[in-house]
Amino acid sequence: MISNVFHWLTNSAHWRDGHGVSGIATQLQAHMTYSFIAVLIALVIALPLGLFIGHTGRGTFLVTATNTLRALPTVGVLVLLTVMISPHFHGRTDFGYLIPTEIVLVLLAIPPILSNTYAGVQNVSDDARDAAAAMGMTGSQVLRFVEFPCSLPLIFSGLRSATLQVIATATIASYLPLGGLGRFIYDGLAQQDFPQMIGGGVLVALLALASDFILAVIQRYTVSRGVSGRFSNKSITVGGAAAADIVQAEVAVI
Amino acid sequence: MKVADPVASSSPWHFWAYFNAHLHQDLTWLWDHVWLSALPVAVGLVIALPLGWLAHRYRWIYPPMLSIAGLLYTIPSIALFVLVPPIFGLKALDPLQVPIALSVYSVALLVRVVADGLASVPDDVVQAATAMGFGPFTRLVKVELPIAVPVISAGLRVATVSNVSMVAIAGTIGLSNLGQLFTTGFQLSSPTAYYPPIVLGIVLCVALALAFDLTIVLANRFLTPWRRAVQGR
Repeated sequence: MISNVFHWLTNSAHWRDGHGVSGIATQLQAHMTYSFIAVLIALVIALPLGLFIGHTGRGTFLVTATNTLRALPTVGVLVLLTVMISPHFHGRTDFGYLIPTEIVLVLLAIPPILSNTYAGVQNVSDDARDAAAAMGMTGSQVLRFVEFPCSLPLIFSGLRSATLQVIATATIASYLPLGGLGRFIYDGLAQQDFPQMIGGGVLVALLALASDFILAVIQRYTVSRGVSGRFSNKSITVGGAAAADIVQAEVAVI
Repeated sequence: MKVADPVASSSPWHFWAYFNAHLHQDLTWLWDHVWLSALPVAVGLVIALPLGWLAHRYRWIYPPMLSIAGLLYTIPSIALFVLVPPIFGLKALDPLQVPIALSVYSVALLVRVVADGLASVPDDVVQAATAMGFGPFTRLVKVELPIAVPVISAGLRVATVSNVSMVAIAGTIGLSNLGQLFTTGFQLSSPTAYYPPIVLGIVLCVALALAFDLTIVLANRFLTPWRRAVQGR
């Protein structure tokens, strides 16, 4: 079985587009595009909002409210929005499936980014904040030059957790039917072509790990060494973000 | 226009009529969803307790064990579902693949929670217990674990609530559970939308997640009576 999966993945014909069938390269690109758009929109919404709530202490109920969104079953919301929206699109277009998928992905990505940004700003030590104010910084300067850089580690863990959830859920969008790496999982299942199905699973897992690694590298070179306490050459860890986000969730729960 | 038969209506608000009309099928799916969500967390806790204790007792195990747990947690659920059979030597579609995959997630999440929970026990409490003559094992069972209950139960809440959502994802690859309501609704929604099964599925999933959450909160209160005594003072 494992060697069959390996053969499926290493066959160059599966990577190219064939007769009316998209290859791995095309689906990988589609998967990354859907995920990137969703994370970008969520970041544009949640980051300023989280900074504002953390800085002013106003509107904390929004953080709690978005956290309750996590109890919703993703597949259910995806199917619900699809049957609501897709009948309004006719002809050869993917928009009927793409728009509900992007809405669900953005809804998924907002809670981790928002709550982690808020928690990050909240966790900045009062001493640092007071010192900044004493040096004559205005409110917005304190936010830009002290609170934001200090909360970057938590913001990154929220961003990484959001990215992983988006990549995972973009896979399920293939069930609708939309392109992306999930295509191979659901098509393999429908055709009882298990090497294809398992190969699709391998690709999704690799994409998730690779994305987390890239974000970990970006985090390493953007977070100040004074904040991360990284004065030695420690290696970059992949996969810590999801767990770190859960600890944040726990803190909110207790 | 008045709708005569709520069962035939496609209005989202007639999900309850749909539930009653397909009671037997829906209850089977609900029950499958309940045990598919709960059992992996129980299995995960049983495996995570000794692992978490090891990571707490021998600190050098903690970083590598957490890295492995983080890596496992990074793999998307649908990918892990299809990867479990070749790794564990099962058939490509095996009824055990989803419970095993969800147990792996639960272990990955709870190992950290158990280790952190045990680390949250104050040092003087451990020393007092030792001075009273507790051996390492009785001290763990009678002193350290009870004090770690609030942290562990917070982790259990996260694990069960995310499990409820992931079980529904397993429905898209044909497993019997509430996710089938979404598949049914999607198939019946051509050419026009048919909402009742979809809305019913969302309502039942959220209700199930809340019920699990409430159970764990109550169990936590029951297992830590001293916390109430302190709050009441």
